[in-house]
Amino acid sequence: MSTDTHAPFEDKPETPRATGELIRLERVTKRFGDHTVLDNLDFSVDAGKHVTLIGPSGSGKTTILRLLMTLLKPDEGVITVDGQQLFPAPEKQVREVRKKIGMVFQQFNLFPNMTVLRNITEAPVTVLGMSKDAAEERARELLEMVGLTDHLDKHPAQLSGGQQQRVAIARALAMRPQVLLLDEVTSALDPELVAGVLDVLRDIARSTDITMLCVTHEMNFARDISDQVLMFDSGRVIEAGSPEKIFNEPEHDRTREFLSAVL
Amino acid sequence: MTWDWGAVADFMPYFWDGLWVTLQILVFGSLISFALGLVWALLMRAPTRWVTWPVGGVTEFIRNTPLLVQLFFLFYVLPEWGITFSALTTGVFAIGLHYSTYTMQVYRAGIEAVPVGQWEAATALNLPLRRTWTVVILPQAVRRVVPALGNYVISMLKDTPLLMAITVLEMLGQARLFAQQNFQFTEPLTVIGVAFIVISYLASLALRALERRLVH
Repeated sequence: MSTDTHAPFEDKPETPRATGELIRLERVTKRFGDHTVLDNLDFSVDAGKHVTLIGPSGSGKTTILRLLMTLLKPDEGVITVDGQQLFPAPEKQVREVRKKIGMVFQQFNLFPNMTVLRNITEAPVTVLGMSKDAAEERARELLEMVGLTDHLDKHPAQLSGGQQQRVAIARALAMRPQVLLLDEVTSALDPELVAGVLDVLRDIARSTDITMLCVTHEMNFARDISDQVLMFDSGRVIEAGSPEKIFNEPEHDRTREFLSAVL
Repeated sequence: MTWDWGAVADFMPYFWDGLWVTLQILVFGSLISFALGLVWALLMRAPTRWVTWPVGGVTEFIRNTPLLVQLFFLFYVLPEWGITFSALTTGVFAIGLHYSTYTMQVYRAGIEAVPVGQWEAATALNLPLRRTWTVVILPQAVRRVVPALGNYVISMLKDTPLLMAITVLEMLGQARLFAQQNFQFTEPLTVIGVAFIVISYLASLALRALERRLVH
């Protein structure tokens, strides 16, 4: 039994859970002007795994998450999620594949004109066609899990950054994604609020079979939750392995330099 | 020159008629400019030049030609093509159309001021484009632009006397009519001057109340 304070959380996926390889990037290249952010990258993630991307800023970690969320388009290459192509693909297929993916942003990006409850229920009702009652019941469960049951009628501006980020996590999970993309989700928080958000994420990592792709500078958190850690440098994966291997016995000089700078 | 309260009393029936017409121009002109301005702003975001060039050209033309010329054009030229409306309807449409070319710029700024993260969150939640506009972007954009739209309402109020030129008897038209019949200018012109100040003050109070309501 877990001894944490959060309510136990069980999750049924919106789409059937895949096994084996879930995400695949093949020869993906992304350039911004003359700058090549991702250089002919091959990369795959198995279903249910928790993968952390580390590396210096500008090394392309966040770009991978943004490509998977279709916020960016690659210049070259193929992206596949759960056997269906996300790029290149027609808009209708993109919408279908995107249902499997949820994202939590560095800046939370809650809708300031909606209450906490409505932030969470809006997409399940309009995109998944859930009834309002069912969506609200699920939102309450999720808010209980992130410890914010008392705040469901508030607006985001009335919450602290840490509380907003926990709402954003609940909002992403309300869509029952197979993959959760976490883009430096604690970087914009005051130091004393970081632990609460990371506890929620540890809880999700432990109690669900959701696949997580995580860009973070919280190395202890990465060590705790990751099945695999990928070290990025200049748009390439220069080293990959279990957290024990990467953090304790890094092979690459660049990895050693990076870790000694952040740890 | 002496002030004659008797003339003020005599002017009052004319004044109420004029006030009623001025308020109609202001209310319906504002509504038209708010609605059309939003339409122009959204059309200017269309992905094809076949939409943005004509809309941009026409609105630029309307914004940069005098309202008085547009009033004359709609009132005297359209009937030659068999299109006839009452002077008041023509005037309301002209002033609403003219001001919509200003409000479109206000809306554009309001839409562009919504942080890009809001669009990204909507995409991440797979919200359809239409839903993204109606429940995420526009509510936030409109909230930001209410003060600027309010300024154009006050501006429009001050342009309503132009409709006198196409025979609409709003406040100034009634004052002139009364003055020419009675050779008393001071009282009617003073009364409508005060009325303009009172209306703009009340309008600004109403807009401030609306702004406060929109904070949440």
